[in-house]
Parts: sequence; structure tokens; C-alpha cells
Amino acid sequence: MKTNDVILQTTTKLVFFIIFLFSIHIFFAGHYTPGGGFVGGLLTTGAIILLLLAFDLKTVQKALPFNFTIMTGIGLLLALGTASGSIFFNVPFFTHAFDDFTLPLFGVTSLHTAMIFDAGVFLVVVGSAITIIQSIGGDS
Amino acid sequence: MELLMAILIGVLFTAAVYLILSRSILKIIIGTGLLSHGAHLLILTMGGLGGSAPPVLSDGVTDFADPLPQALILTAIVISFGVTAFILVLAYRAYAVHKTDDMNQLKGNDEHD
Amino acid sequence: MINLLLFPIILPFFFAILLLFFKEKIRTQRILTLIGVVVSLASSLVLLWTVKTEGIQAITLGSWPAPFGISMVSDMLSALLVTTTLLLTLFIVIYSFTSIGEERERYFYYPAILFMVTGVNGAFTTGDIFNMFVFFEVLLIASYILIVLGGTKKQLRESLKYILVNVISSALFVITVAYLYSVVGTLNMADISVKISEVNQPGIITVIAVLFLIVFGIKGSIFPLYFWLPGSYAAPPIPVLALFGALLTKVGIYAIMRTYTLFFIHNTGFTHEILMILSILTIIAGCIGALAYFDLKQIIIYNIVIAVGVILFGASQMNEAGMSGAVFYLIHDMLIKGALFLLIGVIIYITGTSNLRKMGGLMKTHAPLGWFYLIAAFGLAGIPPLSGFIGKLLIVQGAFEAGNIWSGIIVLASSLVVLLSVMRIFIYAFWGESKVALPKTNRKTYNRLMAPALVLVVLTIVYGIGTEWLLPFMTDATDVLLQPSIYIDAVLK
Repeated sequence: MKTNDVILQTTTKLVFFIIFLFSIHIFFAGHYTPGGGFVGGLLTTGAIILLLLAFDLKTVQKALPFNFTIMTGIGLLLALGTASGSIFFNVPFFTHAFDDFTLPLFGVTSLHTAMIFDAGVFLVVVGSAITIIQSIGGDS
Repeated sequence: MELLMAILIGVLFTAAVYLILSRSILKIIIGTGLLSHGAHLLILTMGGLGGSAPPVLSDGVTDFADPLPQALILTAIVISFGVTAFILVLAYRAYAVHKTDDMNQLKGNDEHD
Repeated sequence: MINLLLFPIILPFFFAILLLFFKEKIRTQRILTLIGVVVSLASSLVLLWTVKTEGIQAITLGSWPAPFGISMVSDMLSALLVTTTLLLTLFIVIYSFTSIGEERERYFYYPAILFMVTGVNGAFTTGDIFNMFVFFEVLLIASYILIVLGGTKKQLRESLKYILVNVISSALFVITVAYLYSVVGTLNMADISVKISEVNQPGIITVIAVLFLIVFGIKGSIFPLYFWLPGSYAAPPIPVLALFGALLTKVGIYAIMRTYTLFFIHNTGFTHEILMILSILTIIAGCIGALAYFDLKQIIIYNIVIAVGVILFGASQMNEAGMSGAVFYLIHDMLIKGALFLLIGVIIYITGTSNLRKMGGLMKTHAPLGWFYLIAAFGLAGIPPLSGFIGKLLIVQGAFEAGNIWSGIIVLASSLVVLLSVMRIFIYAFWGESKVALPKTNRKTYNRLMAPALVLVVLTIVYGIGTEWLLPFMTDATDVLLQPSIYIDAVLK
């Protein structure tokens, strides 16, 4: 069946970036205010699913040439690596470290190891959710 | 408020049991979804509904909500999200192979393999 | 090294993640899996020794103070179980190299095993009731993958039911934890125990105890909640079945033992009585099933149910003999069930069927298999000096000390039924003339399948003969179970 979805496709091209940027914002907002890796990841997944709806699986794969299983793996490694870092300092697992740094452009910024963990969560959520969608959608 | 929540949870559980006892796989999956929603609301209610401020320590805030049930719910939601996604994929595959979504026909025993 | 007790959890997890990167390279996957399991096993042995020499190891994640953060606790019982888990996984993984087939290996078979081991070890080690739920889910999701992997008609059908049962029991778990939290206001298991003692276990706590029994009873397959087990466990291939049969129900049993010795100890006249009656009924139901079937897999699967009943019966006596018998029997059962499943896997490989009526006369062609099967069968039934004997002896002794003469006799009688059921396999499969021509099998494959199974049988013999030497470890495990204050002091130091 050939459908004319010019409006959907054009809007999607625009909206995708808005959702994606918003998800990045949510991700960084995560530590002291609502947000974080999981929600950010879900938003990004939502954006990619919108792409999948507007275009087909092949086009999206060409536009985003990632292996999403590998992405899940990298995310898990990041999360586990951050948590295991504490083993080398002989403090309990998952102990998180943070400090204020003065960065160019941003000024005084508070940096946490928890953020690297959250980045891992972000990648796991996107990777696994898209893998599931692909495995259902790829068949029909 | 607790009473209202209790009734709501009860309604959710009732609907969940009804759906889980039906024959179509898809309805059963929706039922498990409702069941876990009910369980999550139950955690929230059981943790106590009091507390008006978010559990972030700042000056002058004494009446804050218990953060633990919220953390538990978040974890439980993530898990039920993953499991539901998995069952959906599985149900789809089972449907493709067995050509039916009727649990009665999926009973099966050793003679029918 | 204060993080030592986490290594048997982190290492399998780490290797499971690594394996995700080598989807198509089966050789690399096998080597990495082997390295991962061996390294984890080594760490768990170190842990076992540390717990033996320095007492209970406890850590609270994230450097939070004890009742607030997630505590991980490794006492002798959990260290023993973790070590046994990894030991079994090692043999089952080696067995899988030859038997599971490349198609499954390519679709994340080894990562799923390692994720499951992560969950099992985590559930054995955690000291936080909600964290236990999380680890249960980790092992369950991995087991969902394992049970459906391969996607045959039967697997798809049975795994749907398996998943539904477990999803419902998980929801019940969450509900129960919510109730418990509303009563005691804490999730740390040591702290829960303290709080329950302070209020002296009112009626609502007893209700929660029964709810926990239902939740863990579904996972651990006690009567009448074992209905899902025979169908689901028969669907996946043998190595997965061995893994499930040896490990998964034991997690449920461990959880019952832990909660019923740590939390609900003030009203044992009610809670432990129920546990005892249910375990006796479990034994009887398992015996009926084990005698009723002519299918190799089903007979051994019903033997899992019997063992669950025996172990919980020992634990429900709440005295020294019964409890140490339960611990002895728990470890024994993990080893012997692993060995038996691998052996019947070999039989199924040789004969090409799991139906007893279609086999016979294997003794002429495969004598060593027959003799080792016989040893394993005697071990399962508890013939001295093999491994099942001492556990059952202590359990029955515990029952007599507690005054439960009749139920003790039922446990003894169940040994006879167990012996009969496994001897039936021996008689039908190994004696007589072969009824149908054996399918052509590769001698090399046969040897490769036999090797891990034989080593496992030898291990169970060592376990039986070395009882005297293992006794100090078992005593340590039993002491913690019978005196919760040891556990509490170690966590809330």
C-alpha cells in the first residue's frame, strides 16, 4: 500500500531534533531535578520510533547506522565500570564521587560519577528498546 | 485519600484478574500490565501518602514525602516495562508459529508435539 | 578487600556484557564464558574461605550507613550456595559446548546463562528484601530468554505459561514487600528482623509471612504451587533444564529459609507448621508424579519437587539437626540434580528419545554410563555413604527431636519412592534387549558429553565421603540460621 505521508515525514524531520534535544536536556537535568538517564533514554527512543513510523525500517537504519545490541553492551559496560571504579579505591561498590570544577564556557560546574552511570543507563534503554522494536517490526 | 487509593487498587486488581483469566494472549498481557500498575500504586499508598514537599533537603522543610516508595516504584516500573516488552515479542512469535492466540488451544500435552 | 563478596556477582555480569560484543564469534564466546565462570568460581572460593576465617562479610552499597543503603551480606549459607552455583555452571557450560548447537549459541545463549548466574548469586547474597526482588527479576528475565531460545513450537507454548506464572508471582512479591514496608518501615533484612522482634510479630506480620510463602513457593515449587514446573521445565534442551532444575527452585527455597529463620520466628507454631504440612504434601505430590511418568525428563523433574519438600521440611523443624540437614541436603541436591540431568541428557542423546518404553539394553553398549548413572541414582536416594544420606539422616533426626514422628517417617518413605523411580529408569534403559535400533551417534560427542557429567558425579561422591570435613562449614551456616542475632550484628555493626 502506498500512502502519501508527506506531512508526517516533514514534521518528523523537524520534531525528531526537538525531542532529541529535549531528551539531552532531561538527561543532564537529572541529578538534582526530575529527569535522568532512563527518562532521557525513553524520550530518545520515542523520537526514533517516530522516525520508524514516518519512514521505514531500512531508511532509518541507513540514517542511524548503529548496532543497537552493541549500544546496549556499551551502556552496560559504562554503568558497571562506573560502579566498579569504587573497588579500586577500596570503598563500597557504587560509592559515587563528585566535586565542583571550573570549566571554560560553563563556569563552576558540579561533576558527578553518577552522570557516567546515567549515560550508561541512557544507552541501555535506547539500545534495548530499539532492539525490541526492530525484532518485532523487522518480520512483517 | 487512602480509602480512595485502596478502592482504585482493588478495581485495578479485579480488572487484572478478569483479563488474565481470559483466553486471548493479548488480553492476558494487558492484565499483567494492570496487575503491576496496581502493585505500584499499592507501594505508594503503603509508604504513606503524607508529606507535601519533595524529599530534597532545604531550609525550613520538615514535612517531606518518603522517597523510598518512589524509588521502589521506579525500579518496579522499569522491570515491568522490560518484562512486558519481552512477553509482547514472545506472544507475537508464538502467534506466528502456532497460528492462534487462544490459550485453550495452546494447552498442549506430550502427545501433541 | 571489602568488595570481595560482590565479585561472584560482578564478574559473571561483566563477562556477560563482554559476550554481547561477540555475537557471531562462537569460539570467542565459549572461551570468554569459560574464563568468566572459572574466574568467578575462584573468587567465590576465596570468599568462602574468608567467610570461614573472618565471619560474615557485609557491605552497604554506595557508602550509605547500614539500614539505609542496600546491604549485601555473605554468610556461610550464601557463600556455600554461591560457590555451588558457579561450580555447577562451569560443568553445564562445558556440557553445552557440545550439546546446545550453534544456532542457540549465536543467539545469546552464554550471555543469558551468565546474566542468570548474576541474578542467582545476587539473590543469594543480598541483604535487602527489595533488592532480592530485583535480583529475582534479573535471573527470571535471563531464564525467560533461556527457556524460549531455539523457538520450537513446544518451547514457545510452555514459555508463555512460565512467564505468566512468574510475572504474577513477581507482582505478588512487590505487593508483599509493600505490606511489609508499611508495617516495619524498612527494607534492610537485618533491620526488618530487629523491628519485628520489637513489635513481637502481631497478626499482620504472620499474614505477610504466609504471603511470602506463596511468593517464594511459586518460585520454589511447593505444593500446591508447583503446577507450572513439570510442563515448563520439560520444554528447553537438557543443559538449560539442568541449570533450571539445579538452581532456580533453590533460589526460592533459599528465600523461604532466609525469611523464615530471620523474620518470622516469633509465631512458629503457626507459620512453621504450615511450612511443614505443605512440605510433606509437596513430597507426596512429587512422589506420585515421579512414579506416574514414563518420560526420563518428567521423572527427574518430579524428583526436584520431592527434594524441595525434603529441604523445606528440614528447615521447618527449627532445630539444629533439622536445619543442618536442610543445608546439607540443599547443596547435595544442587550437585546431584545437575549430575543426573546431564546423565539423562547423554541417555537421550544416545537413544534419541526420552520415552522409557522405547529404550533398553544400553548396558551392553554403554556400560560406564550405566554404572555412573547408578551411583548418581543411589546418591539421590540417599544410600550411605553417598551424598544424600547425611542430609536426610539429619533431617529425620531433627523431625524426631521435634516430635514429628509421622512426618519423619513419610520423609524416610519418600526415599524409597525416589529410589524406585530412578531405578525404574535404570532397569528400563540399561537392562534387557534394545527395542529399537539406536540412532547413529558420534563416539567423540558422546565422550565430550560424558566428561562433565562424570566429574560432577565424582564430586557428589566426594561430597558424600567428605562429610566429616565439610561439617565445620555446615555448622557455621546452621548457626547463622538458628541465631539471627549473628546475622543482625554483622550487618548493623
